[in-house]
Amino acid sequence: MNLHILVLIPVLTALTTLFFKELKQVRMIAFLGSALQLLLSFALLAVFYAERAAGNVAPMLFYSSIPWFPSLGIAYTTGIDGIAMAMILLSAFVVLAGVLVSWKMEKLSREFFFLLMLLSAGAYGFFISLDLFVMFFFLEIAVIPKFLLIGVWGSGRKEYSAMKLALMLMGGSALVFLGLMGIYFNSADIHGLHTFNIIELSVRHIPYSAQMLFFPFAFIGFGIFGALFPFHTWVPDGHSSAPTAASMFLAGISMKLGGYGCLRVATYLMPEAAHTYSPIIILLAAIAIIYGAFATMMQTDLKYINAYSSVSHCGFVLLGIGMMNETAITGAVMQMISHGLMTALFFAAIGMIYERTHTRMLSQLGGLLKVMPFISSIFVIAGLCSLGLPGFSGFVAEMTVFMGSWQHVETGFRIATILSCASIVVTAVYILRAAGKSIMGPIVNEHHLHLNDATWNEKLAAIVLLFGIVTIGIAPFWLSNLIGPGVHGLMANIGRTILS
Amino acid sequence: MLNEFVILMKQELLLCIILFITLILKISENENNPKNWIGIINGLLLINFLAGFFLSTTGELFNGMFKVSELIIFEKNILNLGLLIVSLMAQPYLKNHKHLPEFYMLLLSTLIGMFFMISSGNLLMFYVGLELSTIPMAALANFNLNKANSSEAGMKMILSSAFSSALLLMGVSFIYGTTGTFNFTQITASLDNNALQVFAFVLLFTGFAFKLSVVPFHFWTADVYEGAPVPVAAYLSVVSKAAVAFVFVTVLYKVFGTMANLWYVLLFLTSVLTIGIGNIFAVRQENIKRFLAFSSIAQVGFILVGISSGTKAGEASMIYFLLIYLFSNLGAFAVVNVVSTMSGKENISDYKGFYKTNPALSWFLTIALFSLAGVPPTAGFFGKLFLLTSGASTGNYLLVGFAAINMIISMYYYLRIVKAIFMDENAMPIASIKTEILPRIAIIICIVGILATGFMGSVYNYIYLLSSGI
Repeated sequence: MNLHILVLIPVLTALTTLFFKELKQVRMIAFLGSALQLLLSFALLAVFYAERAAGNVAPMLFYSSIPWFPSLGIAYTTGIDGIAMAMILLSAFVVLAGVLVSWKMEKLSREFFFLLMLLSAGAYGFFISLDLFVMFFFLEIAVIPKFLLIGVWGSGRKEYSAMKLALMLMGGSALVFLGLMGIYFNSADIHGLHTFNIIELSVRHIPYSAQMLFFPFAFIGFGIFGALFPFHTWVPDGHSSAPTAASMFLAGISMKLGGYGCLRVATYLMPEAAHTYSPIIILLAAIAIIYGAFATMMQTDLKYINAYSSVSHCGFVLLGIGMMNETAITGAVMQMISHGLMTALFFAAIGMIYERTHTRMLSQLGGLLKVMPFISSIFVIAGLCSLGLPGFSGFVAEMTVFMGSWQHVETGFRIATILSCASIVVTAVYILRAAGKSIMGPIVNEHHLHLNDATWNEKLAAIVLLFGIVTIGIAPFWLSNLIGPGVHGLMANIGRTILS
Repeated sequence: MLNEFVILMKQELLLCIILFITLILKISENENNPKNWIGIINGLLLINFLAGFFLSTTGELFNGMFKVSELIIFEKNILNLGLLIVSLMAQPYLKNHKHLPEFYMLLLSTLIGMFFMISSGNLLMFYVGLELSTIPMAALANFNLNKANSSEAGMKMILSSAFSSALLLMGVSFIYGTTGTFNFTQITASLDNNALQVFAFVLLFTGFAFKLSVVPFHFWTADVYEGAPVPVAAYLSVVSKAAVAFVFVTVLYKVFGTMANLWYVLLFLTSVLTIGIGNIFAVRQENIKRFLAFSSIAQVGFILVGISSGTKAGEASMIYFLLIYLFSNLGAFAVVNVVSTMSGKENISDYKGFYKTNPALSWFLTIALFSLAGVPPTAGFFGKLFLLTSGASTGNYLLVGFAAINMIISMYYYLRIVKAIFMDENAMPIASIKTEILPRIAIIICIVGILATGFMGSVYNYIYLLSSGI
């Protein structure tokens, strides 16, 4: 199967929206495009399984490489393993749900859906590319549309948040770029020709000293995207000011670009340095988890609650990567998928509540379960998933991360693991508090009595995401079987220690 | 001999012919209204641009004073394209100007000067070409006849360029004094890097720095751009800068290749200053022309980073970047020109709410600004990153890191305009503008160029094959 179609469809969808003016036409095009994309992702999954079942053990399936700038060693190289496959599925779910919750985007609807589709093209391209330059290209494509999405369609301090997000993410990409330059020029060259190809680079030797210098650039650069403490400050502002679909996209996919990059680029290509730096990564990740959880306790705005809890949850991704063993990394990838779906559902529910009540403040909400049972239910489900209730994806993912982390016997790592584990209690506190205050209890505002429940499109969006969450929750083996071989492939490099 | 002469100099001769046509037009002004001729002149310029792709022969004339190589032809084609776009976008400005033929005469003579400068294999030829390209420029800067700041721009331009030419000429004479020749190849052979030659090189470098508006020799730039008519500012910022940059890299690599250690330090220092100062000042600008002036200063800093490597990739990435920069900057100037001629507004704050009234122009300006900022999928992303990649090949990650961090600052000020266009409220936005056909063509050429050039790896590869390092 040809992977280029995964980028082509969002781009074509985006371009098609430009030819129409009416909201009805535009949203239908975006819906069809993203639904087609979801179907294609499933088809791709089927073909992927079929290839694997047929005994194809190549690390990257559907590999293709088209020369682009040969003199610089840049080629449009694509291919996927289980990890990328899982991320593509995640993106397809979130984008479709994002389109569905934006069904009534009256303001500049054409531009809105155009940018949303462009963003998703960036995400898909990022996950399928195996060339560092192309990857970087797609990473940056996924930055600037966010600026416009937040600044034009957002709420609250939208201009400030948009600018902050754009500049911090640009800062992240500047660091990533330096990291890439380090990898590119310090890897062994063949006849004076360097390469950006990840597969090639993974077998070319990068000197330890160069790794030590450039690993922080690449890791922190991607880490900024993935809410690495202390560079997470764009997350709360950006998420809370963004329109619902953009929040879903930001938390559901964008932050995963960071985690994926940390794993695939920084850790995979510079494993020796990663081993040396891993205590620092663990420390920062543990701080993010605990600090994020406690910061969430103090929030009174629903979107801020979810944004800070995203910082905390994405900490698990970095914790898993920092532990550098197979179980923990598998858990990290599962956490990316799980958190992506869960947080998208959460933001969707918050968006639906906000659209009806025009407030996100906990103090002004109450008893919503009586008036909008469907929305309230998905809100609770997302919350329960977030606090790691068995039966939902969150439990499976976090459990795997903890199991992997526990394999490290050093005291410091153990302490970090225990503390991170303990944060689940804090998560339970803020989730139950938020749900209890807004969903249960007496109705605070009389006007809320006349509000409608979810419309069909909102229900469909929620069901799409719920489907993913529950499938992972009750049958996690299909996801771990998908990711497992991919992680195992990465471990060949990551398992390498210093002085080999 | 005559045949060879005609074919090798075909691009210069074609420009001369068009120049004479405009001259005749001027003489017969009473019978023919020059306004009706804008379309024809643009047609001629289009033919001139297309003709550059045919009958490409390489060789030398006048004992190596005038050289033509494939790369030089390509560079001239880039400049021809720049001239065409500037001429197209100048139409709304020119149609009510009483000196239309003069505008074209001056513009064409500067381009002829640039062509001779690029083709020069000899310091004297280079100097003559440079002068021919700058002196008419000062008259052009002064083309807003009833505006005081336009005269100021012309005056500043002529004074600063005379000063820089004097420095350059002093450098040339020292070189001649120590090597006994003006010929590039002979100079290279007889350079022994003694103190006087180093001094001469620094003087030459300063001369170039003035023309490229490299910090600390940039003071004229913003004032001239602000005072000059928008098309002239566009031409100055792109075409004339590109021409000087083409020669600059030849002089650095071919003539003073043995002084690479020296000019590497100079490039390092000036590029840091240029990027830093250009960015800091660009953040503070309120007038969009001044803003574009400072942003173009910062862009030059990136070019210096790229060529500092002294490699084949360095030269190739510079030419590639300049091609992209031509599209991006001319695209931005074309929109600014339309707005400024139609509404007379030139401040960034005037652009608040621009999207509500002029969605198409807003997108065009945004795309051009994104390309200048280096945001994918626009070509500016590729141009800038290749420059930085080339800069990083020397192992000087400090310089590249500085440039990369400055890309964030530049992102801020470009986004500031995008924010004004899309997000800020304005009770009195610029009224809806109907763009005339010629400037619209100019804008579309630029936008297509911005969106396509980056993806066409073949363009870069073509340039790469033609270029050479030290």
